[in-house]
Amino acid sequence: MHNKTISELAQGLRDKAFSSVELTQHYLDRIQQFDGDLNSFITVTPELALAQARAADEQLAAGNATALTGIPLAQKDIFCTDGVRTSCGSKMLDNFIAPYSATVIEKFNSAGSVMLGKTNMDEFAMGSSNETSFYGAVKNPWDLDAVPGGSSGGSAACVAARMAPASTGTDTGGSIRQPAALCGITGLKPTYGRISRYGMIAFASSLDQAGPMTRDAKDAAIMLNTMAGFDARDSTCLDKPVPDYTANLDNSLQGLKIGLPKEYFGEGLDSGVATAIEAAIKEYEKLGATVKEISLPNTSLAVPTYYVIAPAECSSNLSRMDGVRFGYRCENPVDLEDLYKRSRGEGFGDEVKRRIMVGTYALSAGYYDAYYLKAQQIRQLISDDFKKAFEEVDVIMGPTTPEPAFNFGEKGEDPVSMYLSDIYTIAVNLAGLPGISVPAGVVNGRPAGLQIIGNYFDEARLLNVAHQYQQVTEWHQQGPARYL
Amino acid sequence: MQWETVIGLEIHAQLATKSKIFSGASTAYGAEPNTQACAVDLGLPGVLPVLNKEVVRMAVKFGLAIDAEITPRSVFARKNYFYPDLPKGYQTSQMDHPIVGVGRLDIVLEDGTTKRIGVTRAHLEEDAGKSLHEDFQGMTGIDLNRAGTPLLEIVSEPELSSAYEAVAYMKKLHTLVRYLEICDGNMQEGSFRCDANVSVRPVGQQALGTRAEVKNLNSFRFIERAINHEVERQIDILEGGGNIIQETRLYDSDKDETRSMRSKEEANDYRYFPCPDLLPVVVEPSYLDEVAKTLPELPDIKKARFIDDIGLKTDAADVLVSSRELADYFEVVLKTSGAEAKICANWVIVELSGALNKNSQNITSSPVSAELLGGLVKRIADNTISGKIAKQVFAAMWDGEGDADSIIEAKDLKQNTDSGAIEAVIDEIIANNPNQAEELRGGKDKMMGFFVGQVMKATQGKANPAQVNQMLKNKIFG
Repeated sequence: MHNKTISELAQGLRDKAFSSVELTQHYLDRIQQFDGDLNSFITVTPELALAQARAADEQLAAGNATALTGIPLAQKDIFCTDGVRTSCGSKMLDNFIAPYSATVIEKFNSAGSVMLGKTNMDEFAMGSSNETSFYGAVKNPWDLDAVPGGSSGGSAACVAARMAPASTGTDTGGSIRQPAALCGITGLKPTYGRISRYGMIAFASSLDQAGPMTRDAKDAAIMLNTMAGFDARDSTCLDKPVPDYTANLDNSLQGLKIGLPKEYFGEGLDSGVATAIEAAIKEYEKLGATVKEISLPNTSLAVPTYYVIAPAECSSNLSRMDGVRFGYRCENPVDLEDLYKRSRGEGFGDEVKRRIMVGTYALSAGYYDAYYLKAQQIRQLISDDFKKAFEEVDVIMGPTTPEPAFNFGEKGEDPVSMYLSDIYTIAVNLAGLPGISVPAGVVNGRPAGLQIIGNYFDEARLLNVAHQYQQVTEWHQQGPARYL
Repeated sequence: MQWETVIGLEIHAQLATKSKIFSGASTAYGAEPNTQACAVDLGLPGVLPVLNKEVVRMAVKFGLAIDAEITPRSVFARKNYFYPDLPKGYQTSQMDHPIVGVGRLDIVLEDGTTKRIGVTRAHLEEDAGKSLHEDFQGMTGIDLNRAGTPLLEIVSEPELSSAYEAVAYMKKLHTLVRYLEICDGNMQEGSFRCDANVSVRPVGQQALGTRAEVKNLNSFRFIERAINHEVERQIDILEGGGNIIQETRLYDSDKDETRSMRSKEEANDYRYFPCPDLLPVVVEPSYLDEVAKTLPELPDIKKARFIDDIGLKTDAADVLVSSRELADYFEVVLKTSGAEAKICANWVIVELSGALNKNSQNITSSPVSAELLGGLVKRIADNTISGKIAKQVFAAMWDGEGDADSIIEAKDLKQNTDSGAIEAVIDEIIANNPNQAEELRGGKDKMMGFFVGQVMKATQGKANPAQVNQMLKNKIFG
């Protein structure tokens, strides 16, 4: 049962092969069995899940089920869930029971899906290995010595280990695509503004975007159908019609123009990953696509640009975590300043503090022009690179990450080497474009991901391109042997 | 040394919207603490602001009324600082691209001349909550009802040169925002408040002196006193050989003094940057046209019309246009009575306003409507009653006894213009007061008043005083 995709499970539910309660219990049992090692959930919500499953079974019986009715899902612990702890992976919010639900959660609730629990993540989504979580790192189901990627590491690991058929993630600089690649699943970061950010705890508001993490592209399309759409509560969410993302999955790729940025295949790329990506490109050529080399000349500026803009925004976004109204408060503060300093000093982890300090510095009087303003100008140049590229090609392809999953502690000492693990994903966030990572190989027992980048609001094409690849390859069906 | 005062004002006008600037919570004043603060106002994790379009309309209206440039694309920025009544740790405001650019406002000086004051900018921002230091021993209470209330901060050029001018400017703005119906102007509730940047310099010096910002000025009286105090303080320091420190000072109305809050060194670095949760506010020319059509007749234009077309004196026109409601009331009286503007203005400014003040009422709560007062003035103008009787009728109207005509009828107050009857009374009074009549004939003009008074008394005030006067003159001198 747990090796099935959402579309297969939905069929099973409709055919009454199993009920949502049975399905939910099965996944809850697997979480019980495996998550002690993997640590992919911060909070498991069995009672809520079973109550939702019972309601879904009634809905199924009544014959008004949606594509997600009765399907168990795992939600990243960055989405506020009414009445359920929403920690964002931080001690700061360890005691925070959200009094409202994020728009994404509401949409899943009205679709009748089941929430198994809240998944582990890097603290406030700041990290690429899940090592910054207050709740301890998630382990990669393919190899327990390896990181699952981050920040949506729990969401990726639980899907890879078949503890949930699918999950949600958020992606600010690669936080969906990078863990999807490292855990061998499919992860889609939609266009900025495609999915409401309301109720999604902000890291860097101009970059954050929610998306689905699934076993294959078809499931991602089903998830996106529910997640996408205008929300009056988010001013940056675009009022643009939502197509049926499953409708064009079977379109032929004959004549598809693929661009390969030369900057994505240079120094620093693991040779095993490079081989996997080259093989994937060959598959596309067999499917009728044409391939050409393109250039994204400002690629090398993406990481430094990101590490000005994202910290600047987070330094402001995280100011509300002040120990006054909710969240962690230090013991016996002697005065207001002490309350602020110790609540934030004790409540935030090192990486969060590092970024708050970097961002505060970048926005300070006298430095603003040199850092923040300059970064915004470069951001525009990076967007222009893509704009130019999409005049020539339909999609851009390359590796999602420079290397397969690394080991715990491997990049702990040097934050910059950790930051470079997002080198191929970050520019996509700066430009606000959609990108998807699909499993494209296994290198020394660890998965490698192919990243496909599309033009604005071209998610339907990305999913079509990913789906066609998955029709002729089997990488997406592979999984860590222990959990199959 | 001769000193010159330089003042610039920052006025915060609370915009009269029903809901907050970035959330749907109510802005009504005086609710139980924290009952009008929703998830957005509380700054809970994950919430996002959505701009209330009404605040844009109000700001544009204001900008058009002061002939300002309206920024086609204004931008909200975050002003970052920590304070318990600032839930998000930043105030959403506007910095580099305010919605209203350079404009102007004319004020009238003591000598009656007009001075044009530049308005540097006006920008939209959210108010913070309130910290309540009393009632909580050793602790501070936070009330976030006010958090997110929309404010328009109106910044003047440093072109005001006295406390008088500052008050005149503030009053003018106060009148204007109420004309535009964008602010209720309630200063006690903090809907209209002011910070003053005050400096002094030797007369003739070009460069500005070091300024102090005086905060917490929420009445016209306080602003005048605070500025005068601050100017004296600065001159004393400078004449004593000292230097002014750039700082923020708080006005204490109880002690009538300003005291230092924080110096420039202690000032926050607010780390302004464009708010990534809000889109730029785009104002199209067609929208400007649309809003322009909704502008009322503005006070300066109304004043000119009252003087040039209706024939009022400047003083009366100034008083009447000081509030849109008062001016409207006056115009109804004028129209209903068909009387001369002067007598209408007099009744509104003196009799009505006097009664309103005495009874702690205002023009909108007046028990005597403009139509009723117009009906009364009409009867003065057509000589049905005298001015003196009219006050009696007005008092009865105030007490709700009906309109002027029915009161005159019921109380039999109609003026007696029967010259035969009045002549008989005059004859009798002259006969009874031969000595006084002799003095009057001898040139003692004051005696005229005595005789008129006697006649009016004898007729219970119903004789027409002008008619009595004429007839008396004819009797005595004729």
